[in-house]
Amino acid sequence: MSGTILEMKNISKEFTGVKALSNVNFKVEKGEIHCLVGENGAGKSTLMKVLSGVYPYGEYDGDIIFENQVQKFSKISDSVDTGVVIIYQELALFPDLTIYENIFAGNELHRKGVVDWNEAVTRSKELLDKVNLHINPETLIKDISIGKQQLVEIAKALSKRVKLLILDEPTAALNDTDSENLLSLLRELKKQGITSIMISHKLNEVISIADKATVLRDGKTICTLDGAKGEITEGAIIKNMVGRAIEDIYPKRKVPAKGDKLLELTNWTAHDPRIGRNVAEDINLHVNYGEIVGIAGLMGAGRTELALSIFGNSKKYKTDGTIKVDGKPVKLAHTSDAIKTGIAYVTEDRKGDGLFLLQDIKNNISISNLKELSTYGVVNQNEEIRTAEKYRISLGIKTPSIQQKTGNLSGGNQQKVSLGKWLFVNPKLLILDEPTRGIDVGAKLEIYTVMNKLIESGMSIIMISSELGEVLGMSDRVYVMAKGRIRGELSATDANQEKIMELATQ
Amino acid sequence: MNLLKEAKALLKHNIRDYGMYIALLVIMLIFTVMTNGLFMSSRNISNLIDSAGYIAVLAVGVMLVIIIRHIDLSIGFLAGFLGAIAAILLMQFSMPVYLVIPIILLLGMLAGSVTGFLVAKVGIPAFVATLAGWLIYRGALLQATEKSGTINVTNDAFNAIGNGYIPSIAEVGGLHLLTLLLGAAAIIYYIFNAIKNRKNKIRYNFDVVSFPLFIIQLAFVSFLMGYITWILAGYNGFSWTLIIILLVLIIYHFVTTKTVLGRHIYAVGSNPEAAHLSGINVSKITFIVFGSMGMLSALSGILFTSRLQSATTTAGTLFELDAIAAAFVGGVSAAGGVGKVTGAVIGAVVMATLVNGMNLLGVGIASQYMIRGGVLALAVIFDVMTRRQRA
Repeated sequence: MSGTILEMKNISKEFTGVKALSNVNFKVEKGEIHCLVGENGAGKSTLMKVLSGVYPYGEYDGDIIFENQVQKFSKISDSVDTGVVIIYQELALFPDLTIYENIFAGNELHRKGVVDWNEAVTRSKELLDKVNLHINPETLIKDISIGKQQLVEIAKALSKRVKLLILDEPTAALNDTDSENLLSLLRELKKQGITSIMISHKLNEVISIADKATVLRDGKTICTLDGAKGEITEGAIIKNMVGRAIEDIYPKRKVPAKGDKLLELTNWTAHDPRIGRNVAEDINLHVNYGEIVGIAGLMGAGRTELALSIFGNSKKYKTDGTIKVDGKPVKLAHTSDAIKTGIAYVTEDRKGDGLFLLQDIKNNISISNLKELSTYGVVNQNEEIRTAEKYRISLGIKTPSIQQKTGNLSGGNQQKVSLGKWLFVNPKLLILDEPTRGIDVGAKLEIYTVMNKLIESGMSIIMISSELGEVLGMSDRVYVMAKGRIRGELSATDANQEKIMELATQ
Repeated sequence: MNLLKEAKALLKHNIRDYGMYIALLVIMLIFTVMTNGLFMSSRNISNLIDSAGYIAVLAVGVMLVIIIRHIDLSIGFLAGFLGAIAAILLMQFSMPVYLVIPIILLLGMLAGSVTGFLVAKVGIPAFVATLAGWLIYRGALLQATEKSGTINVTNDAFNAIGNGYIPSIAEVGGLHLLTLLLGAAAIIYYIFNAIKNRKNKIRYNFDVVSFPLFIIQLAFVSFLMGYITWILAGYNGFSWTLIIILLVLIIYHFVTTKTVLGRHIYAVGSNPEAAHLSGINVSKITFIVFGSMGMLSALSGILFTSRLQSATTTAGTLFELDAIAAAFVGGVSAAGGVGKVTGAVIGAVVMATLVNGMNLLGVGIASQYMIRGGVLALAVIFDVMTRRQRA
């Protein structure tokens, strides 16, 4: 074990105006397990995408030096040929194909174009043995657990003669036993001379496995901690991860929380039959009138799934437990039921499932409450225009006119259109899922101001957010979720970044 | 010339909407020149419209189906089958026309609902579900006409739907009076409506075209409407088929542009997930659109049977593909959420015009198919290019 296998020098990467990475330096020694940690949005995944050629040479600034040579990957297969293999959080396997077909997908063992399947099966067996997975390679991917699928991904990487293995949150979806297996496999691979980079949010894992840990924050390298010197401790990691001072962009609101319970969940469990596990488990929470309840947690903690299971059970989970609204148990079988009951949900994915990008602002604002604007099913278009104008002005949507297509608006203005749509429905409870993701600071402040106005007018808000600053700055109470469960409830005065991180990384 | 500049910009921005109108005018002009004016004769235009009718109503229905990102292949043979049922009810059961038509339309709606159920509730891809329908209705049509072969329909009232004309009341200088009156009423209504819309838009600061251009637009469209009325009035006047097409067009245009249901249809088409999260019942919308499709298939069957004055064993063959082609020529987007019912009707007229014009010119059937295929491909290429330009 000697020498540097990888050095990334002064890497910068910009997405239309937003700096995702600025002058990041990252160095990995041969044969070590190097963890990459940081908050959501710190730039970890972007850095790994630069390394693996997802963002080709020329789209970023800086140098990638691998085995003492400057690399100019123009596509993913270039990095794979060099020996750099990345395994993503969402596994890239074909569920309806067998294990051996997956292992050699895109890299088929062939003679003059004819695939030698017998050879593939034999080789697959060897590779599976290496990753301690003793099952028939002819099994279909969809029939094995996620933990085993993860191992198949690693076997696939081994088939490509990997020198540097990158794992993006490999244990996020795994249970404790599977996680432990995976970690010990990484240790074993290390003995065989394979270097690994692991992105992880679970600090206990990082502490147990990492030789070194590099902390990223806001697209910059903060420090590299050395395990051999005993620097990798929970305290040190958290301090460096969240070290930024909370800027004072969170406006104060006047009305204190009222006592009455608006929403109450008791022993609420949502089971996703497609992935065969509970996405939210044994949730007990409540929301009072006039308060903002933050739900903090890391990606994949089950927060969005929880929200969707409440909001008309959009994903058809099998649910168990009770929802009470104003003290009465309710059944919300469809999104329209939830809306009628006074619950609205603003999605985290504005473009994907929030807005109708091809339609104008007016149509987007009115769509959930056309009833209000129509007589006998005929829409009063003048009234509709008046309504849309009202929200354009009150929310400060910057646009030449409300007949502008929402697809042409900036992220912040799109978010305001989403808000306008739900304000027009006038719910009692607004669930905001990552309300400020991907929008600039100015627009964020505007969104926070709107939220405060809503609270002052008697509405309640559940705010799901991965930005700790936002959670701390806006919430009256905070629930922290991890692995589908609520790990703790903190009052605004008790909550701080370290406490939330501690609960979220459980 | 500011006006010219504005007209150019307007054309450029709305090329998707205007494209097929321009294409239709160009095609008509070419045929008129090549046939020495025979194409634009009263008799031929009247004939052309009647021959476009049964495809036009199908195109309106299938356009909505495509807007919500599905497809329906069963509509051709469903139309053929229901046409045969209509003939049987009329001839073998001696039912009166005023009963037969609503029964057939209801049966169509029922058939469409079955497709809707399979697609929306059971979750079968529309392509497969309606391919099954295609086979089933084809078989049903053969079964229905098995004993008798072609069923001749001798009911005059029924046959008038596809061949008859509205009464004229009186002739004015050899022209059909009621047709002239209806045409004039339509023009006045159009002008009145356009002015009202413009005023509204100005009030809410929406973009409007400059006043002179607005007047030119009004004059142009009014002239076209007047010209077609005048041509038709010179022969037998408006046919019942034309009246039915116009009724379907007006009703569907109203529903799609002015009602909650219409908004929901476009919402489901542009983004089903967002529609669901907006509280729209996506499966209900799917149901309704397929139900309407079934009803329009029935109407198409009635029009076709009436036009041929008989139900044949092969009625409805390839109607579905003609209708889908018409919808695409008419500007529906395969990605969903975009398309207007007026476009569907224009698309059907474009396709019928091609067939009619080429028949007049004596173009062989082989070349006709290839030319129609080329026009369809061009329409879709045009659609893709203009969308890319916009993005």
